[in-house]
Amino acid sequence: MPVLLRGGRVVDPAIGLDAVCDVVIDDGRIVEVGEDLKVAGATVIECAEKIVMPGLVDMHVHLREPGFEYKEDVASGTRAAAHGGFTAVAAMPNTNPICDEGSAVRFLVERAAQRGKVRVHPIGALTVGLKGEALTEVADMLAEGAVAFSDDGEGVQNSGMMRLIMDYAKQFDALVIAHTEDEALVGRGVVNEGVISTRLGLPGWPAAAEDIMIQRDIRLSELTGCRLHVAHISTAGSVELVRQAKAKGLRVTAEVTPHHLFLDEEAVTGDYDTNLKMNPPLRAATDREALIAGLLDGTIDCIATDHAPHGPHEKALEFEVAPFGSTGLETALPLVITNLIAKKLASWSDVARWMAVNPRTVLAIDDVRIEAGSVADVTVIDPEARVEVTPEFFESKSANSAFLRATLLGKASEVFVGGRIVLRNGKVVD
Amino acid sequence: MLSTRHIIDIQDLSAEDIALILDTAESFKEVNERRIKKLPTLRGRTVVNLFLEPSTRTRTSFELAAKRLSADGVNFSASTSATVKGESLADTAETLSAMACDLVIIRHKYAGSPRLLTRHMDAHIINGGDGMHQHPTQALLDLFTMREKLGRLEGLTVGIVGDISHSRVAGSLVPALRMVGARPIVIAPPTLLPAAPEALGAEVATSLDEVLPELDVAYMLRIQMERAEGMPFPSVREYANLFGMNSARLARMKPDAIVMHPGPMNRGVEISSAVADSSRSMILDQVNAGVAVRMAAMYLLLGGEANASAS
Repeated sequence: MPVLLRGGRVVDPAIGLDAVCDVVIDDGRIVEVGEDLKVAGATVIECAEKIVMPGLVDMHVHLREPGFEYKEDVASGTRAAAHGGFTAVAAMPNTNPICDEGSAVRFLVERAAQRGKVRVHPIGALTVGLKGEALTEVADMLAEGAVAFSDDGEGVQNSGMMRLIMDYAKQFDALVIAHTEDEALVGRGVVNEGVISTRLGLPGWPAAAEDIMIQRDIRLSELTGCRLHVAHISTAGSVELVRQAKAKGLRVTAEVTPHHLFLDEEAVTGDYDTNLKMNPPLRAATDREALIAGLLDGTIDCIATDHAPHGPHEKALEFEVAPFGSTGLETALPLVITNLIAKKLASWSDVARWMAVNPRTVLAIDDVRIEAGSVADVTVIDPEARVEVTPEFFESKSANSAFLRATLLGKASEVFVGGRIVLRNGKVVD
Repeated sequence: MLSTRHIIDIQDLSAEDIALILDTAESFKEVNERRIKKLPTLRGRTVVNLFLEPSTRTRTSFELAAKRLSADGVNFSASTSATVKGESLADTAETLSAMACDLVIIRHKYAGSPRLLTRHMDAHIINGGDGMHQHPTQALLDLFTMREKLGRLEGLTVGIVGDISHSRVAGSLVPALRMVGARPIVIAPPTLLPAAPEALGAEVATSLDEVLPELDVAYMLRIQMERAEGMPFPSVREYANLFGMNSARLARMKPDAIVMHPGPMNRGVEISSAVADSSRSMILDQVNAGVAVRMAAMYLLLGGEANASAS
């Protein structure tokens, strides 16, 4: 049955569209975009005061399946994605077993087909077992559906190995996503090195540990010609390095998380709230300002959540031993609306670029446009909805959010994946 | 009474709280000099020493303080605790809470662990040292000793020398000194300074000899080799030459200046034996003050006078 999205503000920067109009979806595709459309027998969804845009893509999530299903699995993680307004996610390989070979990629593809609410794009490991020692079978994983490669969670420490990886990936034009962390500099670091680490007596993690690795990887990208995407950029120095790389015309892109954009190290107070323990850590206010500036000027291409669910018993540990990470899928869009749209720092076209258009371009996955003939992956946003971030709010199995107890503005109301409605009136459709 | 339920961070206390603890400790110190060193003040109250990191002097000091106030003291140490069986600190806290403990003193290798306890139990908490963060009763006993020996705290210049970056003693003592109007200077090679020493509220020096004549107190920290990641100085010999307190340096200090150390000492490294055993050394006075100060802290947290009159 056709669906008519009536009277929404339709935004798609890839085709220069920003207008109030109707969108008709039928048989998995967008069949018509225009004013005052009439479709016999269509389900009508009123979209006045709402935003209609290409389905959001989160290119950095941890679905935790296989191996850590108590934290999250494909079913719950993709429900959380739909709840957050996403039509697709890219899943990092640090599961157990690690997604470092074709069969593991195939498992995830099949599991997503059976249980996924939204599309799941596997990311394969760069090195066997994420150990930084041996190349993985990139070609085999690509054939099974991997869209990119990363040792996320572990920086590849050996420069020679990283060069080998990039040289090898280049022949397939495969995307290498770098987790930039010089382990010798990080040491036991758990918070940004500076005022907060000193005041709280916690081991510090210097910004230079990120900058140095980014500089190395950009240089290796230049040497090899391999496409490089920098994961969860967190420092002013890194933003500047990516800016310079782009100015030189190198094939380098970058992402930033909502928690690095909207929180800084001052959030880590004497309460030692482990939901604020991140890898990389929340940085100084000046870093946060540089990240916002880098996003607004196009240096940073994408907002990605690094959705990192953990069990409550794990986050209830002492700060130094609790695992790193915060959930992110369900708060990302409300945070962007609250902090950038409502404050008039960004436009809806910007949001569509950061969260829908650019992630697809970086991952080189199917093009989605709000135009006739396109696959109907569509997100409808209610910018006036209020979101109370409580443990009950989440569709994710885990509630370890850095934004717990926040009140946010705006959220996705409808989500279509291949024309199938998976979120309706802000609720996941079963 | 104190303005706080817990003593976790020295800054939980107000300047008035600090004065009250020091004054209360004066009277307890007198008790400790009697033949019968016991008061009925905390009879029927349960105090748990939750020491999850090796410690002898601090644990003994708290234990004696509890006993002298007639509290029922229990030791819960790392080697005998459920933590070696994999129980989390949160679970341990809830277990102790179910046993209706009144006061828990926690020593732990991770910063912030006393705060974690407060989320899982109702008892009063005293931080007996958490990682590289704080050790507030050490700072209090140090203030007590300085006040007793020098007659005042306000206006004193106190040099804290050594491994500032790993030192929970410095973490508490620097803000404590600021609260009482003293002037703290941390003195160390850059490899032993935290990333932002100014965040603690101290002046910073990298040469002991330059600031030595200004000091009323030279507070020598133990070099904690077990905490350092990699050797932070070329050799113990070079460290002792640059930052060790010896007779020659002592002679260059003000005539009434004192030398302190939280113990245990590395003789010949941060302090020479001649200085450690001299009349200018307050090391044993600090230990002595520790029991009285901890008695005062426990007494004031657990209801103090009201409880005493009830007994």
